[in-house]
Amino acid sequence: MLTLTSPVETWAHPLPAGLKLAFLAVATTGLFALKTPLPLGLACAATALAYLGCGRLFATTGLRLLWPLWPFVVIVGLWHLWTASPATGATIILRMFAAVGLANFVTMTTRLSDMLAVFQWLARPLRPLGLSPRRLALACALMVRFIPVMLERFSQISQSWSARSSRRPGWRILVPVTLAALDDADRAAEALRARGGAG
Amino acid sequence: MERNLTHIALFAALIAILGLIPKVDLAGGVPITAQSLGIMLCGTVLGAKRGALAVLLFLALVAAGLPLLSGGRGGIGVFALPSVGYLVGFPIAAFAIGWLMERTTLAAGPAATLASIIGGIGILSIFGTLGMSVMLDKSLAEAAFLAGAFLPGDLIKTVIAGFVTQGLARMRPASLLSRA
Repeated sequence: MLTLTSPVETWAHPLPAGLKLAFLAVATTGLFALKTPLPLGLACAATALAYLGCGRLFATTGLRLLWPLWPFVVIVGLWHLWTASPATGATIILRMFAAVGLANFVTMTTRLSDMLAVFQWLARPLRPLGLSPRRLALACALMVRFIPVMLERFSQISQSWSARSSRRPGWRILVPVTLAALDDADRAAEALRARGGAG
Repeated sequence: MERNLTHIALFAALIAILGLIPKVDLAGGVPITAQSLGIMLCGTVLGAKRGALAVLLFLALVAAGLPLLSGGRGGIGVFALPSVGYLVGFPIAAFAIGWLMERTTLAAGPAATLASIIGGIGILSIFGTLGMSVMLDKSLAEAAFLAGAFLPGDLIKTVIAGFVTQGLARMRPASLLSRA
């Protein structure tokens, strides 16, 4: 399973994940306090510099991750041209780019395992509710492991459909796929219990 | 205990693979992503509590950096997008759908479609609208207009969720944990 963490080692990779997340929370709150285009433009420029400081490959990957923003840029852009308030529109778009850019930067420079360790630390207060760190870790591992297994099962079921019908499978295939997921869950539960339980 | 845990983990994986399969495979040309269908199925099959936990587990791994949202999106950045309201609404919608499934006495199929309309369209749209209104600095009415763009695809998905749940109920009644 590929993660979004950049394989290009940068200066931000060794920083503790908790520190980066705390900085991100403060910075994002700050971005929402800014109401004019100029400081937000500077924030965007600073974010861009952080990316460029990590090399060209890292920066182009980061740029590609901003692609999901385009529908919002089009909608907000057209809206504020229509209402003749380009300054407000620029504020919204610049804030969006800075906030998403910073968040993606943290994701790209933090390993999945480090990030999950922070989540487990944050979930400690939930222990009395039955959510022990061990169970959380087990659930994460099971989910990650079963994504490729279920993709494989999905393609097997599609193939057996295609072998019997000339029509496309469509939504009907979801019934056996869901049943397969339920069966896998039962078998995994038995296997866990046989190995000492989920703790 | 172990069964609860594995059901939550496997349905979180199901939401993920529904986001990975190509859009057109599901609805014969109508471009819809199946991810929110996964949210609906979590509620209709697993019930309120387990369904919501499965969605939360899925979102946690997305936030941690797995590109599992439809279109291969992921990371903390997706929680800074204007569509963040939908992500916040996902576990609440799954909980509401499961809660309704557990309480109605309707047949499984219609109950699932109805619960998905209330939870997966009604409640989810409220959160989506609030999110866009805050992130894009728009009034609620303006944001609601933008949220309306998702309605046709969502209606199709609630019907599919109903058919799938009915299929499960017919083939193996015990598999619907929301009705157990």
